[in-house]
Amino acid sequence: MPKILINGKEIEFEKGMTVLQACELADVEIPRFCYHEKLSIAGNCRMCLVEMEKSPKPIASCAMPATEGMSIKTNTPFVEKARKGVMEFLLANHPLDCPVCDQGGECDLQDQSLYYGVDKSRFVENKRDVKEKYMGPLIKTQMTRCIHCTRCVRFATEVAGVPEIGAIGRGENMEITTYLEKSMESELSANVIDLCPVGALTSKPYAFEARPWELKKTESIDVMDAVGSNIRVDTYNWEVKRILPRLNNEINEEWISDKTRYSCDGLLKQRLDVPYIKKENKLKKSNWDEAIALLVEKIQSIRPDEIAGHIGDMINMESALGFKKLFNLFKSKNLEFREKNFYINSEEKINYIFNSSIAGIEESDLILLVGTNPRHEATILNARIRKTFVQKKVPIFSIGDPGDLTYDYKIIGNKTDVIKKIVDNEHEFSKKLLSAKKPIIIIGESALELKSGKYIFETLKNYLINNNLINENWNSLNILTQNASTVGLLDLKILQTETQDQFFSNLRNKKFKLLYLLGSDNLDFKKDNEFVVYQGSHGDRGAEVADIILPSATYTEQNGLYENLEGRLQECKKASYPIGESLEDWKIYNKIIKNLGLQEKTSNFDQLRKEVLNNIPNFSNLNDLPKIEIVKTNEIKADFISEEIVIREFDYYYTNSISRSSKTMSECRQIRQKTIKDGTNN
Amino acid sequence: MSLKKVHDDQPKEFKFSTENIKKVEEILKRYPNKNKKSAVMPLLYLAQKQNENWIPLAAIKYIANYLAMPYISVYEIATFYSMYNLTPVGKNFIQVCTTTPCLIRGADKIVKLCKEKISPNENEVSKKSNSSWTEVECLGACVSAPMIQINDDYYEDLDEKSTSEILESLINNKPLKPGSYRGRKNTAPEKIASINGGKHA
Repeated sequence: MPKILINGKEIEFEKGMTVLQACELADVEIPRFCYHEKLSIAGNCRMCLVEMEKSPKPIASCAMPATEGMSIKTNTPFVEKARKGVMEFLLANHPLDCPVCDQGGECDLQDQSLYYGVDKSRFVENKRDVKEKYMGPLIKTQMTRCIHCTRCVRFATEVAGVPEIGAIGRGENMEITTYLEKSMESELSANVIDLCPVGALTSKPYAFEARPWELKKTESIDVMDAVGSNIRVDTYNWEVKRILPRLNNEINEEWISDKTRYSCDGLLKQRLDVPYIKKENKLKKSNWDEAIALLVEKIQSIRPDEIAGHIGDMINMESALGFKKLFNLFKSKNLEFREKNFYINSEEKINYIFNSSIAGIEESDLILLVGTNPRHEATILNARIRKTFVQKKVPIFSIGDPGDLTYDYKIIGNKTDVIKKIVDNEHEFSKKLLSAKKPIIIIGESALELKSGKYIFETLKNYLINNNLINENWNSLNILTQNASTVGLLDLKILQTETQDQFFSNLRNKKFKLLYLLGSDNLDFKKDNEFVVYQGSHGDRGAEVADIILPSATYTEQNGLYENLEGRLQECKKASYPIGESLEDWKIYNKIIKNLGLQEKTSNFDQLRKEVLNNIPNFSNLNDLPKIEIVKTNEIKADFISEEIVIREFDYYYTNSISRSSKTMSECRQIRQKTIKDGTNN
Repeated sequence: MSLKKVHDDQPKEFKFSTENIKKVEEILKRYPNKNKKSAVMPLLYLAQKQNENWIPLAAIKYIANYLAMPYISVYEIATFYSMYNLTPVGKNFIQVCTTTPCLIRGADKIVKLCKEKISPNENEVSKKSNSSWTEVECLGACVSAPMIQINDDYYEDLDEKSTSEILESLINNKPLKPGSYRGRKNTAPEKIASINGGKHA
């Protein structure tokens, strides 16, 4: 490996690195504004100047490729003078409004001016003033503070794939804006707030809410979709003030979706804080004793096979396991967690996870989407596909029309016939697939929901096995689940293979007399005479039809394990405590069990967690991918049905009870709908 | 920089004329097909020429779609270069050079005349002659200072009399010919007694 001298210390670096990256290897910190690891290099802020031997002028280290034998100095008076000069220019037009700026306390410019700033300004002319720009309901702008690093412009064009932000004008008149001040049409738009090194782009819903040093920070996991993005939950007393991304290159890199970031104001609204009981067709406030007593009375008076439970989309594994154990005590096996009946083969773990892994997408050389719209169903995963597309020009194909995915793809058909042709090697795509070394096939829930869902999954799996595309080194079969709870619940065997379809037919035929909804708001059913129990956190669709409401905690208010769509087990941590009289799920089960007179059957949280960990197949470590285990299973035959693959419309900003309660999400949704309706949002 | 501000009153549609479409096709031939966005600057220029010296938003959209570029990129380019106008400037766009050589030779008098005859303010479209004027930096014709540019043509070697004639001709919609107004051919030396008695040094 080539070597470079940094402050007299010899460092080995990889070919292709820049001087700045080499300096980081040597643990030398270089101040920067425009440079960002995940974005292209712009080299326009000039803050990263260093001294290079034999160069009369300082060089911008972020844009200079490191070469063998270079000698770099970063701590000389020459460097300091250069950086001070740059800083003086940056501050010449920067307003002195730190006391009223939301970035204060976490501002790169503030921090670095402490080292390189001059105590007073020599700039006596008028400072420039830039009008505020509208950038949608998420981003608050104060463009006078902008130092033109163009990180936001590069993020929008490169990562988000919506080239809508740009720099207009030039020189002193340069301004950052979206085209005609429209809001950004991206699900990743709010990441520009984190990228902005100054207070030019700040968070609109969080404006003037708190200072960063007042907040308690909890490292947790997101449950808005099945990706399991790593997040940091910032709380002030009980309130969740904001949610920020945490770096995890395996999953979300440095980005999170807008829904992950801004649903948090839904945690404060529409909350169920006391138990409710329906009396005279109206929900009345009640207390735990009364509500549990009524529930137990109902359970004891109804036949076990007429009791059914449905587990919602954001339920952690401990709660689900406790629920399953509770249902064992009820002697009922009618448990379900799917919102719509889609085909799933839960025999083997590889049948329901994203086997190629999110980071593995970057290695692939061909991607086929079958009945899925990853942009809405798993935004972060879609960003990874786009990254691969931009870097490697990987060919992407789709069966079914998902709409704009921020990258180019080719639709090879809309009907299941295409799949039949592919597996029969009669389609031209078969050749491409078989000649690819690491292809990825992503099957979405929309495809599995079809009558031919079984056919699509089983034949594609067989085809991949027969062509050795499912092996220890590479597994091309991927299922894109939509809900945070799905993979974990499949691992806990909530779903029995034999009785897979019974729940929905029984529900439709009104066979159930008592329906226990555990945080389940998306189950589509018409209530007649069923007695509905809703245990959850928000007054949403589930609570609307309920006869008893048991208030419980949200994902930020209780510990819990989640498996993301890759089958990676991650821990969601308690950042604040349940509101009012509401309780963690396992405590509610214990109340019920005690009331049933089965004191000895209660279990505490640690027991549940232990049991969960023992029940996960192929479990390796927390935060790691599951072990690869490929079992030779019998081929399952399914009948071919010719039908159209329609990708289900997905109300992106309104997928779960938390986002439906969120004001910010409603605003985003309104703008999105307006854009669809009349093609403009301003 | 008021010429860079997007005008409030925008036409709904813009399309290249058949004549210009032919020119566009010629321009596109200069660049490889995958890099056809390189043609954005000549296309913006054509659009400006077709639309009375200014570029409406509809044209930015039209060109962006034509070259498969994001709207914002075309908008960035149109705002970056000072020779693209984003507000109407009239059919006759008068640019008065006021950089040092022209100013020494009396460009300030030309500016004064423009104020009197065209419009009292810069970048203000005069209704009677459908024209506007603006001060610009050096137009590279110092040898025949002072000078003005009307649309694509240079009017050089001006004085107060000739300038007012030119401006009057615009108002009467019978524009005079461009070129030197002291009878010079191009920038050839004038016949005056030189130090060396007419001989070369």
